[in-house]
Parts: sequence; structure tokens; C-alpha cells
Amino acid sequence: MLKAQMKSLDAEKIRKDFPILSRKVHGKKLVYFDNAATSQKPRQVIDAITHYYENYNANVHRSIHQLGEEATAAYENARGKVGDFISANSIQEIIFTKNSTEALNLLAYSLTADLKKEDEIVISQLEHHSNFVPWQQMAKIFGLRLKFIEVNKDGSLNEESIKEQITKNTKIVSVSHISNAIGSLNPVEDITKIAHENGASMIIDGSQSVPHMKVDVQKISSDFYVFTGHKMLGPTGVGVLHGKKEMLEKMRPFLYGGEMINEVGFEETTFNKLPYKFEAGTPNIIEAIGLGVAVDYLNQIGIKNIYEHDMELTDYALERMKELDFVEVYGPKERGPLVSFNVKKVHAHDVSQILDSEGIAIRAGHHCAMPLMKVMGLQATARASFYLYNTNEEVDHFILALKKVKKVFGV
Amino acid sequence: MMYQENILDHYKNPRNFGKIENATVHHHEKNPLCGDEISFYFIIDEHNVIKDVKFSGHGCAISQASASMLSESLKGKKLDEIENLTKEDILEMLGIPISPVRLKCALLSLDTVKNSILIFERYVRNKHAV
Repeated sequence: MLKAQMKSLDAEKIRKDFPILSRKVHGKKLVYFDNAATSQKPRQVIDAITHYYENYNANVHRSIHQLGEEATAAYENARGKVGDFISANSIQEIIFTKNSTEALNLLAYSLTADLKKEDEIVISQLEHHSNFVPWQQMAKIFGLRLKFIEVNKDGSLNEESIKEQITKNTKIVSVSHISNAIGSLNPVEDITKIAHENGASMIIDGSQSVPHMKVDVQKISSDFYVFTGHKMLGPTGVGVLHGKKEMLEKMRPFLYGGEMINEVGFEETTFNKLPYKFEAGTPNIIEAIGLGVAVDYLNQIGIKNIYEHDMELTDYALERMKELDFVEVYGPKERGPLVSFNVKKVHAHDVSQILDSEGIAIRAGHHCAMPLMKVMGLQATARASFYLYNTNEEVDHFILALKKVKKVFGV
Repeated sequence: MMYQENILDHYKNPRNFGKIENATVHHHEKNPLCGDEISFYFIIDEHNVIKDVKFSGHGCAISQASASMLSESLKGKKLDEIENLTKEDILEMLGIPISPVRLKCALLSLDTVKNSILIFERYVRNKHAV
């Protein structure tokens, strides 16, 4: 009991809210360590979705009837919750997208259309393909220069390279807050400062940070901050773009159609006000409402407690993995709650397969970060990523399973 | 159980591993999603019979063991016999349950071999005939 009180949160109690965690995999208790890919959903979120469909399913912003009003209120209420969660200035700054990828594409398409040839975009070598390919392709189309902040051997961003790559010709800087592939926690406040000193807009991909730590977009002072709902207990199909109002106002829309317009004529169209200018068509209503409920859940546990818990687990896993001389761990000291590793002489997919036979779900592969893998000289890695419902006992089970990998492969 | 003794044996001690410098045809394929890579090298005689075969590559145990086992079965075979090899033949050869996500690992070697033969028939053999 005393031990439980010392913990930052009561994971055992939290687990009861997640129906999936009581299932078995290959006859073993499920250990879900693939949270960086997607998180599991609490009963509260699952129930909210059913409740919506059974009680007030309607389109938003256009239906003049009771159901439409209730759906609109719930959808907009979710926007408010999400805005508060990241300390946004107003709900006009919160745009619902399909996911982080769509939010980044929105920015890539909308921001680069007004750039001149030879203008520079700076990203880093460790970006997920979603914060890599859109910029690479826009650079090709518009003749822009794409530059890369280099990573150090340990996978952290090189400070000198940050200062070198961002220049007066740089118009856009786009960097992830936490690397999904090796967990590096990047100094986004410092990078934002340097970007602004050079007159560039700053974009941060917070897909791996918002689920785990307090993100304050005012404090960071980024121009744009994107993240996705399904990695933070919400449903799939909803992502978020936060943008400073004055930036969003001067940008071109990304998707054209219904709802994003003010008035449509045969020759000209005027666009709706923020945030609707960027939400064409019937939006992901239930997904957004579900994300709002997920935010309630995270708030109820407390994001600070979640951060402490996730990092305690990560430290514990790192400590225990040190005992295993056949395991190689990647990533810098400053990291988020995930561990990227390899069992020496064994491919990550084989590691993942053997762990799966023990009921343990991890990710293996290049983690949609092929350029980073190349820079680090890796084919693939295995990745264990932790969240609020994971426990030290699960880490112990994971360590035993890694020993089994060693036994099977005789390494 | 996927990691049976024979699979691990082929993975750790691959048969016919290496290159053939004067190969009649060689071909490389990879599976970018996994990072698995395989090259096959063949000596093919005038009767369309495989006289020698070697492979090189790296990747997961399934992809490499599959290549090793397949290479053993190819020597002395006629090209049309190879063309008729199917996914089912490979799965039978491996003799272990392969989950859908690992199927492309298991079949990378067959794709490489079949494409080698295609290249041989389209570009190498015809070049001599014409």
C-alpha cells in the first residue's frame, strides 16, 4: 500500500478502465508496449462514441434541429478542451484534421505556395516521414531548398547544426518534439527562438509529446503545433493543428468545399472565419468528441503524473536492459517514454515475433524514419513505448522475454 | 512455433551463401519495410538447367532461412520447374506457420529467384539467340 502511494499514479486502478488490457494474446496476458504507434482507449471514450450514435448523431453547424444543436455543442466543446489542454489562446487556433500527417500536409501545401525559389525549409534528419516527405516534395515542386539539422551519434540534434542550418533565407523550420524512432527529446523552445530570430515560421510535430507531457504552446511560442488523437487515448481519425491566429488568418485554405466558405459566386468565393476556413466538408465529429473525452480522462489523472509515471517506467526499463549484454539501446539521455533497441545479431522483426509469442506487443522496423536509420547505420530497431497503464511488472516480463530471444537464437 | 531448429540452423549457417563472379544472371531485391535484402546468382547451362546457385543478403531469420532452403532445392532444376514454384511450395518448404505480416519476409527469396529467371529469359538468353 505504501509503495502504491509513492507512485505518481495508480496504474492498476487505471488499467480497469481499459477493457482491452484484460485480453490474452497467445494464451498470455497482453503487455501493450506499442503506445508510440497508438494508445489503447478507456471505457469512457468507447462509451462516449456509442452514446453519440445512440442519442444525438447529426451533422454540425448546419442542421437547425435539436440533434444538430447538441452535436454542434459537443463538437465545439471538444475543441475548447483540446485548446485548453495545450494552453492555446483561443478556440479559433484549434483546427481538427484527420491526423498529424494531414496537419503537416496542410501546412506544407499552404505555406510553401507563397514562397520564392531558393527560399529555405529546415527540418531535421530524425523526422518521421510525415514531417519529411511533404517538405521534400514541395521543395521539388516550387524549387525550394530543403536543409537538414544533423543528429549526433546518440540521436540528439546537433546544436551547432541547428545554428548553421537556420539562416536569414529560412522561411520554415519544422521539427518533432520527441522522435518516434529513438525517443530523442528535442530542444524545441531553443529552436523556435532561433527560427524567429531569423524570421522563419516554427512548426512542431508533437505526436509523441502531447500524450505524455504538459505542452504549453504559448510558452514554446511555436507558430504551429500538430498532434494526433489516437496516441492520447482518443479514437483514430482526428488530429489537431494549433496555429497562431495571425498566421492562420493570412494562410490559404488547404481543402476547399462546404463549411469552409462564407459566400460562393460563379467567379469568386470568400472563406469562412477561423477555424472553419480549414475544416472543409463534414468533419470528424465523433472522433473530435471522443478526443475531448480522452482529454478529460488525461486531465483527471493529471498530465504531470502521467509524465512522471511514463518516465519512471522508461528509466526502469533502461536500467533493467543494462543487465542484458546482448541488447543494444539507442537514443540520447534526454528522451521521451520509449526505448529503441536491438538484440545483437537478431533482426528486430524476429525479436518482435518472439515477444509476441509471450503476449508482448512492441514495434519493429524503421519507424517511418528511413533517413534517420540510414544516418545511424541501422536497418531496423525494436521499440518499446510506455503509457499510463503500463507497470514495472510488465517491464520485468519484457526483460524475461528478451532473455528468451537470446536463448532461441543462441546469441 | 515459428523459430524451429531447422529455420534457425539455416539462418545461422546459410547454405550456398556468397556470390558467383561469372554468374549467367544475378538479381537483387529488397523489402524496404523490413530492411530485408537478398541477391541470387545463377549459372544456367544451354539446356536451361541450374548448374550452380548462390545467394547473399541480410534480414530477419524468416527471409534468410527461406532463401537458404530455397537455394538448396534449385540446383539441377530446369527453369520451367522454377517458374511453376508457388507461394504454397515455399510455405510447405518452411514448414512453420507464417502470419500474414511475415509473408513478405518468407516470399522475398521466391520473388528474387523468379525475377532472376525472368531477366534471364527476357534479356540474357534472347541476346544469345539473336
